[in-house]
Amino acid sequence: MPTPDEIRERIERAIPGAEAVVDGPDGVHFSAVVTSGAFAGRPLLEQHRMVMDVFAGELGGAIHALSVKTKTS
Amino acid sequence: MPEQTDNPIRQAITEAIGENPVILFMKGTPDAPACGFSARTVAALQAVGAPFAAVDILPDPRIRQELTAVSSWPTIPQLFIKGELVGGADIVGEMYETGELAAALGVEAPADAPADAPADANPAFAPLSIENRLG
Repeated sequence: MPTPDEIRERIERAIPGAEAVVDGPDGVHFSAVVTSGAFAGRPLLEQHRMVMDVFAGELGGAIHALSVKTKTS
Repeated sequence: MPEQTDNPIRQAITEAIGENPVILFMKGTPDAPACGFSARTVAALQAVGAPFAAVDILPDPRIRQELTAVSSWPTIPQLFIKGELVGGADIVGEMYETGELAAALGVEAPADAPADAPADANPAFAPLSIENRLG
């Protein structure tokens, strides 16, 4: 079962300059607020896709749900 | 006419996306959402007051599988406007709060619409049509 800290590390490793705050008290539903300059100028859909892609294949499985909020600063 | 394929479910999905200017793929129905994320998305669409078609993906696991193959989006719900994927519950909620959702739907949000994305669907508000040839 992934921990919020693992989710945070994986997001920060995958997205340049990202800082993530991840919450997931039950170990299967997570919410992440991700701040990265890499989101600047990209459509919201693409920003969210950058975060979702980190967990491709796991969403709906080990990670039941990942709620995402992206910020550029 | 879309090309005939040997994948009727995928074809029905792409046709439904093409034929309905606003279509939501969700768990459950607008009257009875089966997941909180689907419920929030329905509530945002209802608060904006735009008619939308809805497809319940739960009756057959292949619907979700084929939908994700079409959209490359891993989670449910998925909202499409004019044939384009807009996103899931988080994106729709954020667009609701910024007013972009009403703009994308070509409607003016009602004056009494709440500023924050509503948390729950209003079951009294019926969608324009339930497009469910896929079940």
